[in-house]
This record gives sequence, structure tokens and C-alpha cells, in this order.
Amino acid sequence: MIEAFFAQMPALVIVLPLLAAPICVLLHRGGPSWFVYLLTTWACFGLAFLLFVQVKIGGPISYAMGGWAPPFGIELRLDALNTVVLLLVSGIAAISSVYAKASVAAEIASERAYLFYAALLLCFCGLAGITVTGDAFNLFVFLEISSLSSYALIAMGSKRRALLSAFQYLIMGTIGGTFLLIGIGFLYMMTGSLNMADIAARLPAVADTRTVEAGLAFIVVGTSLKFALFPVHVWLPNAYTYAPSSVSAFIAATATKVAVYALMRFLFTVFGAAYAFDQLPLGEVLLVLSVAAMLSGSMAAIFQTDVKRLLAWSSIAQIGYIVMGFALASTAGVTASVVHMVNHGLIKGALFMAVGAMFWRLRTISLNDIAGLGRQMPITSAAFVVAGLSLIGVPATGGFISKWVLLEAVMAPGHYWLAAAILVSSLMALIYIGRVVEALYFRERPEGHPAVGEAPVLMLAATWTLVLANIAVGLYSTPLVGAAERAARAVLGDGV
Amino acid sequence: MLPAWLNNPGMLLIIAGSVIPLLPYRLRMVVLLGAPAASLLWLWQIPLGTTTTMALLDYTLTPMRVDGLAFTFGVIFNVAAFLSGVYMWHTHSRLEPAAALIYAGSALGAVLAGDLITLFMFWEVTAIASALLLVIRGLRDAMIVARRYLLVQIGSGLFLMGGAAIYIHATGDIAFGHIGLDAPGGWLILLAFGIKAAFPLLHNWLQDAYPSASATGTVVLSAFTTKMAIYALARGYAGTDLLIPIGAVMTIFPIVYAMLANDLRRVLSYSLNVQLGFMVVAVGIGTELALNGAAAHAVTHILYKALLFMSIGAVLHQTGHVRATELGGLARQMPWTTAFCVIGAASISAFPFMAGFVSKSLILKAVAYEHWPGIWITLTAASAGALLYVGIKIPYFAFFAPNDQIECKEAPLNMRLAMGLTAIACIALGLVPSLLYSILPYPVDYNPYTASHIVSQLQLLAFSALVFWLAWRAGLYPLPKRAVHLDTDWVYRMLLPRFGYVAERVYHAVLAKFGSGMNNVTDRGMGRLRLRYDARGVMSRTWSTGWMTLWVAILLVVYLVLYY
Repeated sequence: MIEAFFAQMPALVIVLPLLAAPICVLLHRGGPSWFVYLLTTWACFGLAFLLFVQVKIGGPISYAMGGWAPPFGIELRLDALNTVVLLLVSGIAAISSVYAKASVAAEIASERAYLFYAALLLCFCGLAGITVTGDAFNLFVFLEISSLSSYALIAMGSKRRALLSAFQYLIMGTIGGTFLLIGIGFLYMMTGSLNMADIAARLPAVADTRTVEAGLAFIVVGTSLKFALFPVHVWLPNAYTYAPSSVSAFIAATATKVAVYALMRFLFTVFGAAYAFDQLPLGEVLLVLSVAAMLSGSMAAIFQTDVKRLLAWSSIAQIGYIVMGFALASTAGVTASVVHMVNHGLIKGALFMAVGAMFWRLRTISLNDIAGLGRQMPITSAAFVVAGLSLIGVPATGGFISKWVLLEAVMAPGHYWLAAAILVSSLMALIYIGRVVEALYFRERPEGHPAVGEAPVLMLAATWTLVLANIAVGLYSTPLVGAAERAARAVLGDGV
Repeated sequence: MLPAWLNNPGMLLIIAGSVIPLLPYRLRMVVLLGAPAASLLWLWQIPLGTTTTMALLDYTLTPMRVDGLAFTFGVIFNVAAFLSGVYMWHTHSRLEPAAALIYAGSALGAVLAGDLITLFMFWEVTAIASALLLVIRGLRDAMIVARRYLLVQIGSGLFLMGGAAIYIHATGDIAFGHIGLDAPGGWLILLAFGIKAAFPLLHNWLQDAYPSASATGTVVLSAFTTKMAIYALARGYAGTDLLIPIGAVMTIFPIVYAMLANDLRRVLSYSLNVQLGFMVVAVGIGTELALNGAAAHAVTHILYKALLFMSIGAVLHQTGHVRATELGGLARQMPWTTAFCVIGAASISAFPFMAGFVSKSLILKAVAYEHWPGIWITLTAASAGALLYVGIKIPYFAFFAPNDQIECKEAPLNMRLAMGLTAIACIALGLVPSLLYSILPYPVDYNPYTASHIVSQLQLLAFSALVFWLAWRAGLYPLPKRAVHLDTDWVYRMLLPRFGYVAERVYHAVLAKFGSGMNNVTDRGMGRLRLRYDARGVMSRTWSTGWMTLWVAILLVVYLVLYY
């Protein structure tokens, strides 16, 4: 019995949320739907943890969907890399489910709340699906599931601008999805297979064709759009700014990371590092773009007056760090990428949650309106400060570990200009986080704003869970760095 | 057993500081004094040569290394934390004791750090905690100062991080031992240390920040950051010749500013800079005797400079004034404070049987042994000059200058107690130098109290007192603005201040020109950046969907072209 359960775990991670979503719609009420959402995400978090341990002990798992053996059936394949990503996605989903209740009650009309939770579950299902699948076309399907549901989620934001943002995101996301599909189609054309491992095995024979090269280009651009790499990033600030708070927190912490994972999976598992980075000049392009993203994103963040928008621009910069890591195509680089994926998920999740808690009270989140809030919402503000320190990369926080690992990775091949860019961008992070902290603590409340109290306890608990996770990673970095290193070795093969 | 990163007296102070804001007043004060005392005892019973290690990523960190050099600085840091704790006993602020303890703890942690990564972490914490001390005063000016200060301190941290990264990458060794200029990243690390040690042209943050903290805050600030930097220099750059001229310049150039300054805490800040110069020279010489001198001078300097800052802080606390032109005549109203201030002044002027005497003579001896006559003369002159710009100026303008405008009471008991303890320490180290010499890094075989040495020192002091008196009588001594009227020749009285004003004005004009030029450049640059990056700028406004798509196409074309 228990054996059978363990064997089905990879499928359950997707099936549970996929089934829970229509249950929410059938329930037709916000409260019970939230409960279903909460249970599902925590159950998936538990499953993800078990899978993580199982892979760590027993090595990669292959699961044949519906009993159809790969390469003909759909294969779910779990290895050291995607179990980490799955753990991150389900962990953030679980914690943000605790957060969502009060936040949703305030921002979403109660008669639509059940739809909101259903969409959130579908989005989670899509992200989890992208992570676990070993089938290229299946990956595209899950990408569309997560994207479509996130368009709906963003459109539910309380401002009318949310509609336009969601529409733009829809256009761009669809183009991205289409590009990915075209790329996968090219690969299918040349190899006759959709299973990633199978494509990888057949690809070397046809690698030097224009079709495969074009396929790679389409896949890179398509996924770049999804994780908002400079210069195809402009949909992201609006989407994050106008989305409901709990959506911003969840999507900012997970969606871009999963898209990065998808690209890493294609580059390292399907095409192989030697082909993508040595034969073709992909690494150089990605490094240049990542530096541009870091500097341009941080610079834009400095000049924002809306805190959510500021955080969104900072996300664009942070994506730069993640891309820079795997663009080096070295074990250290991929390790740095994975470490920062997790840390940035924890950091941005915490920051967006803290900001969402302020929004819950104030209904606005511009720098002028949050002035002096440090005294009235001390717990929320302190959470923002600690998570902000982690974003800057202050020692004893997760962000420091990320930057340290990344600095080591870029200096090993002697890319000192990249190291300089990392330091400059960190200094810029100090400035934009400093602006928020200054507003919170060193300005008076503006005239005519009534005093406000703290956010609800569940929101605070969720926020601080992520904040403390940051500190925990900062102090005991070995488990995370170890897992990331295993992930890097798994996708690169030893000794690269 | 504690985990290795906790097993460290510095962490004890940091944790004590972190919990302090949560405690009621009385318990707060117990922790404020108890933590440094416990930390001192702890440090004292750790045998020299002890190290602890822990693993971080691929490295083995050494969060604690107790050897001779670290021990000396560790002991005096704890003593300074304790004394300033007594001095701030009366404060009801929750944050100030917390920031002070965290600051002291991180400085202690930095001194005990056995590797560059740990050093960097504590280096950054000192920056943040000390900036917090400036912020707490809550004045608008203090905020601006704090921002400038933090920028400089974090800048130092960044240089350290960059330098350390290069160093570690090139050598594969993270241990914090001798670095030297030839090591990869050596210059960057020296720059990081130099900023905090207030090297010439890197020093302005010190005189900018220290006078603007609270009465108690300045006492805390004066002890740690700069001496931590001296320690780091002694550890990493002992025997680097370049430091000798740098230190010599440091002992001379601030004197002019110290003489001109009106704010007495600014005077003390400049003199602090001079005293750092002595230590930098000693580090540059780098022999065992010289390093002993640097460490000894750090110890005595922390004590007497704290004493001077405490006495001026007491004046500020009681009268609300700190400018020479607004003070005076307090000797009758604050006799205790006056006496302590005079002891501090005597100590900084290196009177025999005072702490400054026994440490300065170690440095001068080391300079003489290594045959640097020019440097020796410079240091001797600077040492004698201390009487001119601090030794007499501070007590005179604060306590003895004629002024019957101020009515005030003696400082609170805890302040007097703190000053009393510090004064006793100054005298005790002066009278029994073996107390000081026993905690130094290397064995000392030196007796400062030979008849000839005492006589020559007294002659020197007498001579500089004479210079002061003559200059005073002749009106050549630069009086602070709005000075009390003295019976002196009006020409000189007008001329010299006029000259001082002119010099100052030229200086300010140059500064303004240069500064505004810089500002213009930065303003214009910022304007351009703002144009592109603010909410309506092309780089961060919402693009139309068509533009976004165009970029997708461009990116695709770039890839395709590159692949073909």
C-alpha cells in the first residue's frame, strides 16, 4: 500500500492540484475553496519533500504516465535539479496559501474568490508540471496551463490597469509559448521524438543542421520571454504591480524561476552544454544580457515610487544573477543559479508579502503613503527590512550566500567584469531598498492619514516564515548549497 | 558546546545588544555592563593561540583566533565597551545601548576573526551598528550625516569584499594573516582598511560624523572603528614602508584644522586623526617593538580619547553647548569634570606618569631604532603639538575661559563615575607601565622612566607650553570665532584670524567650486538617468505591446545571426 503510494508520488504532485481546481469551482464559495487550496498546496509540499529525499537517497526517478513507457508515453522524470525547484515552488505555494486568505478577502470580490483559488491551483499545477515532466511537448502544455491561469489571476487585481497588464502579459506570454512550441516542433521534426532524454540521444546526429540551431534560438527566446530577461522584460513590472498581493508574492517567487528551470533543462539535458555553449555562442549573449538586466533593472528600481513596481524591477535585475550563473555553463555557475533561484524565491516572496500586508492596511503602496509606517506596522516593516538586507546580500542572510557562490563562479574563469557588475548591482540594491527603509522609519506619517494597526496574524506568520527561512539559509547554507551542487552535477554530468 | 560561530566573546556582545531593547530599564543596564565584563573575563581565560573553526561552503572559517595582537585589542575593546556603558547608564533610550553593544561586539568579532570572510562580515556589522548610533539622535542633520557616513563605511566594506575575493581566488587561502601590497587584491584591501583608519584624504567621514552623534554616542564611536582598522593594518600590512609617510602626514595635517575648529568635539576628532597617524607609522615600521607601540598606543589612546570625549560630552549634556565660543567658566560649576578633562588632556599630551607617555615613547623608540630621523622629528613635533591644539585648548575653552553666562550643575553621577574610572586607568597605566606592557602582543623590554627621558619630555612640554603662551600673548593662536576678548594687540588679533578666515574661505571656495562642479556633473548625470529610468522614462515606462514584440523579434534575429 505504502509502496504503491510512494510509486505514484510524482504524478500526485500534478494530479492533486489539477483535481482540486474543479472542486473549488464546484464548492462555489470562497472559504471552503481556500481550505482546499491550503490542503492541496501543503500536501504537495509534503510530497515534494518526500520526492526530494527519495531522489537524494536513491537517485533519479522515472515515472511512466498511465503506464505508457517512455519514449512513447509521457515520462515524469525527477532528478537532483527539479526536485529542488519543485520544493521551492510547492513550499512558496504552501506558505502563500496561509497568507492568501486575508489578502484575498480584502482584494477579490467574495463572489469570485472561489474562481481565484481555482485559478491559483491551476497555476500551481502548471508550474509543478513544468518542473517534473520529462517530455518536451508536455512541458509546453503545462507552461500554457500556468500562463493562462496567471493571466486570469493578474486580471483580478483591484485596479483597472490590471486588465491592460494582464492583456499585455497574455500577448507576450503567448508569443513566448508559441516560440517554445516552434522550437520543440523543430526538434521533433529532426529527431522524431518528444521525450527529452530521447531527443538528447538522437540530437547529436543532426546537431549541425539549421533546423536544430533555429530550434535552439526559438526555445531560448521563448523561455527568455517567460522569465523576463532583458530586453524582453517589459511585461513583468506591470503584471507584478497590478496583480493581487498574494498572486504577486506567489508568481514573483516561483513563475520566473520555473521558466529559468525550463531553459536550463533544454540547454543542459536536451541540447547538452557542449553544444549550446561551446559550439554556439549562447553563453556570451546570455552573459551580456544578464549584466544589462542587472544594471538596467536595478537602475529602474531606484527611480520607482510604487514599492511593488520597485520590487518588480528588482526581480528583473535578480533574474540577471540567475541567468549569469548558468550562462557560465560550469558546475559552480549552475550551482550559483540554483542557489539564487531558491534564495530569490524566498526573498521576493517575503518582500512581496510584507508589501502586500501594507497594502492590506493602506490600499496603496507608494513610497509617500507608506512613510512612517515603521512605528505603526513594526512587525511587517521589520520583515521588509530583513528580507531587504538579504536581497542586498548582507552576511548571515541567504542573499549573501547566493552572491558569494556566484562571485566565486564568475571569478573562477576570470570574468572580473562580471564580478564588478554584481557588486555594483548590489550597491544599487542597497539604494533602492534603502529608499523604502528610509520612508518606513525616518519619515513622519503624511498628514491626514489615519493611524493603522498591524496586518492579520496569518499574513505576518507567512511573511516571517519566509524571512526566517532567509536567515536560516544564511546561517546554515550547507544543505542548500549541497543540493544545488548535486543539481548542477546531475544536469552537467560530473567533472564539467 | 556552542556552535563555532557563536563561540566567541564578540557574539556574546552582539547577542546581548540584540536582546537589550526588549528588556526593562534596570535589566537593560545590568546587561549593558554585564556583557562587556563577562566578555572580558571570557577573553582573558582563553589561552593565547586558541582558534575555533567551522565550515562554510567549501571553506573552513576561523571565527575566533586569539593571539597576542588580537588579545590586546580585544581586551581594550571590552574595557571601552564597559566604560562607555557606565557613561550611558542614565540614558532611557532602548536603541542606543543596543547599537553600542552590537557595535562593540562586531568590532571585537572583527579583531578576533581569523579569516577574511569572517572579518568582512563583522566589518559590515560595525558599519551598520555605528551608523545606527548616529541615526538615533534623530535630528535632521544627523540623518544626513549618518547617510554620508554609512555610504563611506559600506564603501570600505565593498573594497574589502572585492579585495578579499581577488585575494582568496588567487591564493586559495582565506586566512587573515600578512597580506602586503604585492598580494593580489592587496591594494584594494589596504584601501578598505585605510578608509576606516582615516588615511589622509580618506578621513573626512570621521570629523563629519563624530561631532554630530549624541554626547554618549561619540564616546562609543571614538573607540572602535578606527582602532579596528589599525588592528587590521597591523595584521595585514605590518612593515609596509608606504604606511610610514602616510602616518607621518596624518600626524601633521589635521593639526591646523584642530586649531581652527570651534566645535570642541571636532577638535577632538582631528586630534584622534593625529593619534591614528602615530599608530599607522608604527605599523609601517613593523618591528616587534613598533607593533607593541601601535597596540599600546591604541590602548591608551582609546582610554584618554574616551575620557576627553566623555568630559566634553558631559559639558554638552549639562549645558547643551559644545562650541568653544559658547563655553567657558565651567570649572567652578563642574569641578569633577574639569579635573577629569585635565587628566585626559595631560595624557594625550604625553605628560610623564600619564598613559600617553608610556605608549608614545614606545613608538618613538621604534622609529629611532629603525633610523627614520625625519619621521622621528615629525612625530616628536606632533606629540609636542598635542599640547597646543588639545592639551590646553580643550580644558581652557570648556572650563577656564572667562564666561559667566552659563549656569549648570555637575555631570550626573554615572558620567562622573565613568570618567573617574577612565582617568584612574590613564594614571595607572602611566604610573605602572608594566600593566600595559603585560598585555601587549610581544614581550617588552623597555622602561620609559629613565631620568633623561623624563627630563627631555618635560623640556619638550615646557617648550611647547612656552610656544603656546607666546603665541597666545602675541595673538597668534587662532581663536575660535566670536572668541572672548583678550588684552592683545588688535592687529595681530585681527590679522591672524583674518588670515585664518581667508585660508578657510579659499579652502571653502575651492571646495565649493570643486564640490559644485562634482554636483553639477552628478546632477546632470542623475537627470539623464532619471529621464530614462523614472516611471515615464523609456527604460521603465510601459512599452506598447508592439514594441515589446519587436524586441522579441530582434532578440531572435540576433541569436539566429550568431548561430549561422
